[in-house]
Amino acid sequence: MEHVIEIKHLAKSFGTQKVLNDINFVVDKGEVVTIIGQSGSGKSTMLRCINLLEVPDAGEIYVNGKSIYEGNINKHRSEVGMVFQSFNLFDNKTVLENCVLGQVKVLKRNKHEAIEIAHKYLKKVGMDEFADKPSTQLSGGQKQRVAIARSLCMDCQVILFDEPTSALDPITVDEVLNVMKKLAEEGLTMVVVTHEMAFAKDVSDRVVFMENGVIVEEGRPEQLFVNPQTDSLRRFLGRYLNQQTA
Amino acid sequence: MIEFIQRMIDLAVRYHTLFLNGIRYTVVLALVGTACGLLIGLVIGGLRAISKQMEINDTALTRIIKKIIDIVTYIYITVVRGTPMMVQGMLLWFGYFQGAGWNALAAGCLIISVNTGAYMAEIIRSGIMGIDKGQSEGARSIGLSAWQTMRLIVLPQALKNSIPSIVNELIVNIKDSCVLSVMMIPELFFQAETIAGTTLKVTETYTLLLVLYLIMTSLAAWLMGIVEKKINHRKSNYFSSQTVAEGE
Ligand SMILES: Nc1ncnc2c1ncn2[C@@H]1O[C@H](COP(=O)(O)OP(=O)(O)OP(=O)(O)O)[C@@H](O)[C@H]1O
Ligand SMILES: [Mg+2]
Repeated sequence: MEHVIEIKHLAKSFGTQKVLNDINFVVDKGEVVTIIGQSGSGKSTMLRCINLLEVPDAGEIYVNGKSIYEGNINKHRSEVGMVFQSFNLFDNKTVLENCVLGQVKVLKRNKHEAIEIAHKYLKKVGMDEFADKPSTQLSGGQKQRVAIARSLCMDCQVILFDEPTSALDPITVDEVLNVMKKLAEEGLTMVVVTHEMAFAKDVSDRVVFMENGVIVEEGRPEQLFVNPQTDSLRRFLGRYLNQQTA
Repeated sequence: MIEFIQRMIDLAVRYHTLFLNGIRYTVVLALVGTACGLLIGLVIGGLRAISKQMEINDTALTRIIKKIIDIVTYIYITVVRGTPMMVQGMLLWFGYFQGAGWNALAAGCLIISVNTGAYMAEIIRSGIMGIDKGQSEGARSIGLSAWQTMRLIVLPQALKNSIPSIVNELIVNIKDSCVLSVMMIPELFFQAETIAGTTLKVTETYTLLLVLYLIMTSLAAWLMGIVEKKINHRKSNYFSSQTVAEGE
């Protein structure tokens, strides 16, 4: 089985604060892995290390068997899609331009082909009718769907989602989650940091629980949610259920 | 009072060719200075911002180049902003340009451009700092290089947000180009000096001069207000549509 992502002994500190400590973890082709854990446990930092938006202090990261330090960093980044909590669409571009820019500048596609591909993926996320709108004029859920399309346009091997629905109001959360579910069913490899436990339970193949910069527990969702092995996960899930019902 | 205004109007009518000629030079200096200064500012401001970012794939050579860019641009900005343009003009004109056979207007345009460039670089740099970090993270995450990110995503937004300060530079240039009269450029202030000297109507001449400068600066502010409205109206499309079209 080919690992799309393989992380070995990843460590990262900010100043004196150890944020990631000996992280080991693999993602296989077609897998959907969700990462859960308290705020500040290092989930975002781990994702950002895979894309080299944060530079690891130690350890190795491989994407498709290739070390992220080898070869061209921009090419590497284009192969790993990233969807942010705050969308990060280009505010000076239209929806279509958001999806075309990287294809033309990074993948060196010709513009017509790039536009065709952009329309294809915008259709997939249900945003094609907004293609010519300035991206600043979209709602949060629409922005996030465009951000997903922007990643798909780069033909990335895997998309990393960092709390993609946390900035959305409850009603629009589903419009984004549904797109993500569809992509998961189509076999896209995905790593999703989320507080949406329903998504973690129903959609993911594997759940990873992080605490204080280490992976405490991981496994299939039914196993993890029904039968947590550690106290900290039990506490986390317990607190979570209280929040849900409160 | 009425008589004073009458004498001013007489002056304006009698010497209108000189005044108009002066206005022409002043406008050329201000427009060229602001446009070229903005160009310099965009490049230097962008370079300065990039030279402060460390990339993990920077080679030792790139690090050294970045350091050099940082130091050189810092010196440029500090020296130019920290000394009067009049003294710069005097020194360069009499010390070099005149002897080298330069046309005074060309030398003046160069000096005002270099001067404005230093201010613009700081305007653009603070504009860049005002752009959300997510914009460049989004760009870097799809594989755009640091310079592509700067040029295609960050600078256009920083530029748009900096328009009020840029217009301000234009207005400053309309006024401050008068110090370049020391280089024998026959701009508006130079003409007024000549006229005041020959007619000895000093108060009238300089009051008229103030009015002329006020008209020019007001006109500039008004025109730029219209331009700004247009840009904001067209929202995101204005700076962006050509960037995708032009390709690499
Ligand atoms: N650029 C940074 N500089 C300094 N400290 C940072 C930086 N980024 C993150 N941290 C710290 O690292 C720790 C882990 O942050 P991280 O964002 O990875 O957590 P998280 O699990 O994603 O939390 P959340 O659920 O709130 O997003 C936090 O204590 C945070 O304050
Ligand atoms: Mg986070």
